[in-house]
Amino acid sequence: MELFGLYHYWVFAVLLMIGFYAVVAKLNLIKKLLGLSLFQAAVFLLYITMGKVEGGTAPIFQAGVVDQLYSNPLPQVLILTAIVVGISTTALGLGIVIRIKEEYGTIEEQKIQEIDQL
Amino acid sequence: MTVLFGVFLLTLLVITAIAIVRTRNLFVAVMLSGIFSLLIAAIFFLLDAADVALTEAAIGAGISTVLFLSALALIGEHEQTPSANRLVALLVVVTTMVAILYATLDKPRLGDPSAPVQRHVGPWYLEKTPEYMDIPNSVTAVLGSFRGYDTLGEVFVVLTAGIGVLFLLGKAAPPGYYKKTHAADAGGLRHYQIPRMVGRLLIPFILLFGFYVQFHGEYGPGGGFQAGAIIAAAIILYALLEGEQRALTALPRGFLLGLIAAGALLYGLVGLIGLVSGGNFLDYSLLSDDPVKGQQLGIILIEAGVGITVTGVLLSIFHAFAARGKS
Repeated sequence: MELFGLYHYWVFAVLLMIGFYAVVAKLNLIKKLLGLSLFQAAVFLLYITMGKVEGGTAPIFQAGVVDQLYSNPLPQVLILTAIVVGISTTALGLGIVIRIKEEYGTIEEQKIQEIDQL
Repeated sequence: MTVLFGVFLLTLLVITAIAIVRTRNLFVAVMLSGIFSLLIAAIFFLLDAADVALTEAAIGAGISTVLFLSALALIGEHEQTPSANRLVALLVVVTTMVAILYATLDKPRLGDPSAPVQRHVGPWYLEKTPEYMDIPNSVTAVLGSFRGYDTLGEVFVVLTAGIGVLFLLGKAAPPGYYKKTHAADAGGLRHYQIPRMVGRLLIPFILLFGFYVQFHGEYGPGGGFQAGAIIAAAIILYALLEGEQRALTALPRGFLLGLIAAGALLYGLVGLIGLVSGGNFLDYSLLSDDPVKGQQLGIILIEAGVGITVTGVLLSIFHAFAARGKS
């Protein structure tokens, strides 16, 4: 099991970079937003992974249970609010993309730049 | 066994992410991102983060998918141009990835109890929650009281994003823009009997579960953010099945706007009561004669504020997107 001790962090690195790749290399704006969500999800995974304690359980107390180990509640709180903020900002991004589509007739970055240069 | 299951889920997660980036059909990409959210929610649950898993499942797999799909209905689902500067991008991405992977070698192993992150304020919160608030769920205690400022800030970010979307899409589309491609479809799925019947059965229970999550947030996984997302999801389901107009008759736009402001104001006012009573901003101990009772009351009130604002914002955003094609 020691072998997998860092696996969560490796997946974090890979997901982060898959998202980053979509943001820089893809030309479709929706694809970029999806990439941004992947990037975000990778950060969520990093935080939640750090809060885990071996042999611990979810940080909710039960009556009569003593000497129970609990995982760290703080990273969970930070990520819980971050998820809701994430969807709000993604919605804002989608709103901008819809307006771009209406004004330019396309959401492909290259075509938007061509139209801008005319 | 749990470790192996986690490894399996994480591997699936990476495969899904690669598929999201590679597919040229945006509809497929959005559906895959819903699957991605469910997978990551399961992983959060394995990592003891029940509250986060609940939030991710409601928001990522439910509301985010609906929002992306409503945007695709206006935009079209085909990615036209392939990626640009692939080699440069790959070079940058792979270099950064190798650097991050190298850095992870210094990280403590998963679940290491002596990791620095476990020895800072985390244990203090766990120790003081029974003493100050006497509620079982310490995630809610940290969210509502210990770090109430953060949460207030997050609520205002959600509020601002909602206002931003309403500003962007409140202005009418260019005249005649959507007429060709989108016939006004106010009927929802009313002609499809099976989804409609199943939906009718499900919606009351989803709503009930939403309220349970809202008011049971101090005792189990839950709270305002999750409840807001679940209640919004139930009403969005109603709008999809019965037509958007019916949903707007039940909860008019103005009412939703009122909800958005009311929730944030309720949160702020509870904070101000502490200030007026001679304590600190967001100090709930002064809400009642007994400080512990005061804390509990404060947490219930601000969670209600959070739930109201989140419901209002998510529904307003959904209606703004859905109404766009019909103008």
